[in-house]
Amino acid sequence: MAAIRVEGLGRAFGDTVAVDEVSFEVGRGELFGLLGPNGAGKSTLVGMCCTLLRPTAGTATVSGHDIRAERAAVRGSIGVVFQETALDEELTGVENLVFHARLYGLSRARRRERVPEVLDLVDLADVADDTVDTYSGGMKRRLEIARGFLHEPAVLFLDEPTLGLDAGTRRDTWEYIRALNDRGVTVVMTTHYMEEADALCDRVAIMDNGAVVALDSPTQLKAGLGGDVVTVETADRVTGLPDRLRGVDWVRGVEVTGGGLGVTVDDGARRVADVVRLADEAGVTVSAVDRRAPSLETVFLDLTGREVRAGGDSGLAEPAAVGGRGDELGAARASGPDGGE
Amino acid sequence: MTVSRLPVDLQGVYALWVRDITRFVRAPSQVVGALLTPLLFLVFLGTGFSGAAIPGIPEGVDYLQYIVPGVVGFTLLFGASFAGLAILADRDVGFLKEILVAPVSRTSIVLGRVAGGSTTALVQSLLILLLSIPLGFRVRRPLLAPLALVVLLLLAVTFVGFGIALASQFRDSQGFGILVQFAILPLFFLSGALYPLDQLPTVVQYLGLLNPLTYGVDALRGVLVGNAAYPLVVDFGALALGAVVMVVVGAALFERVEAG
Repeated sequence: MAAIRVEGLGRAFGDTVAVDEVSFEVGRGELFGLLGPNGAGKSTLVGMCCTLLRPTAGTATVSGHDIRAERAAVRGSIGVVFQETALDEELTGVENLVFHARLYGLSRARRRERVPEVLDLVDLADVADDTVDTYSGGMKRRLEIARGFLHEPAVLFLDEPTLGLDAGTRRDTWEYIRALNDRGVTVVMTTHYMEEADALCDRVAIMDNGAVVALDSPTQLKAGLGGDVVTVETADRVTGLPDRLRGVDWVRGVEVTGGGLGVTVDDGARRVADVVRLADEAGVTVSAVDRRAPSLETVFLDLTGREVRAGGDSGLAEPAAVGGRGDELGAARASGPDGGE
Repeated sequence: MTVSRLPVDLQGVYALWVRDITRFVRAPSQVVGALLTPLLFLVFLGTGFSGAAIPGIPEGVDYLQYIVPGVVGFTLLFGASFAGLAILADRDVGFLKEILVAPVSRTSIVLGRVAGGSTTALVQSLLILLLSIPLGFRVRRPLLAPLALVVLLLLAVTFVGFGIALASQFRDSQGFGILVQFAILPLFFLSGALYPLDQLPTVVQYLGLLNPLTYGVDALRGVLVGNAAYPLVVDFGALALGAVVMVVVGAALFERVEAG
């Protein structure tokens, strides 16, 4: 049985559709990622699965319990770490955990066993009796992760678990999430950090405008792009170069961009020199070359025609996506904010 | 792990109560701060008008004796209003989500808040009662005095319930704070705390009769000083009714609160 089965689940706020009837399954023990820009509908989707928001379409089951009909059973079987801190900062770490344990009906004996155990797991045993207002952002996050895991939920939801943390703390937090997942908990996490989804998740659902636009393992998603992208910036017009490249057997695709070319190749590291040589032969002056291995970033770009960060505020990104043809997007966006050209 | 099917989850209520008590004990400045205003009333009104002949107050009852039950009731009103504020403060800092996503019923959450808020308000009002003794207040009927605890408890439950009902209609603590500040004084003045209600215009007297604090203050006078205006049975009946109604209304309104 799947840990989570989402069936046509949707939520509208007035006329705005935040989640547009999505369907997918999350397997037991999986570390599952919901990846997408802010406003893609990830948090709304998680909110519905946690019974904090009521769906306006479809339904979902979590650990076999229907999120509409069996709300209490769903709540009993999940742990949640919210995007914003949800700790009582006037209480100590231990007091926050004990409060949680009581709300979730843990027996006194079980509580005394579990609280030190989870504190140990996130390396907070030393500061367990300090009030939470003395904790750093990373420590608060760890305490929340420990708390979400305290009552041994079947599914743990993490909404942007590393938002606002510095790079080192983020990597540490990944380790704690992995450690929990290794103990058999199904983890569903939202993130808009591509590398986070790539490093952590078994499978990733890419969300955009309330819909799931792709769902696979990071490896498969990247493999779907076909290879590395060599970006060539040219000083002048590219004239015959695209056609010339398309005739070469190791070139998978050529895309003309605002300031040059994007060439998808089999083995980028070795082919950079070849691309430059071909450009030379075609009489095109190359001003810069870059190679990008496929990342979830490029997968997202490929699927939606927008970059995740640029698309962060979908209201701003929308006109560009509608107004420009695919190959002009980069240029259109670059000249947008500062009004150049 | 069991999920309670009962509407009330006692362990959840207990968790919320412990949390309120822990925070209360840990913030003594707030406790002292909440006692300052009632203390000012006692010192300046109680001792200032002591010995003055106030119309409507029975002869032989000193004004300080008259006013102490009223100020104790005010302290409770003041303390209880913080319970509603606490719910909104929890929303402000995000902690409300942690409570709402837990497998406990909304009724349990309201009862936990009522338990915590009532306890802290009760302690504050008892402190004022104790502080009034060095100022010259005398408990005339020591045998009935323990009943004062029951009165204070019923009053506390009533006003915490009222605070929760009100708070569930607000999304942030600022608007609520302004409204509560605005509401506390009329409730206080219309309760017979400072002077007998029958000195007021008839219409205003009726308003006073709808105010639970009226019966609380009167019952406190009855059990502490011995000059109640209404029979104690009426006072206690009205208080019990008020407490039940306010908790039910609070729970019903809180049921609709969304987490977002």
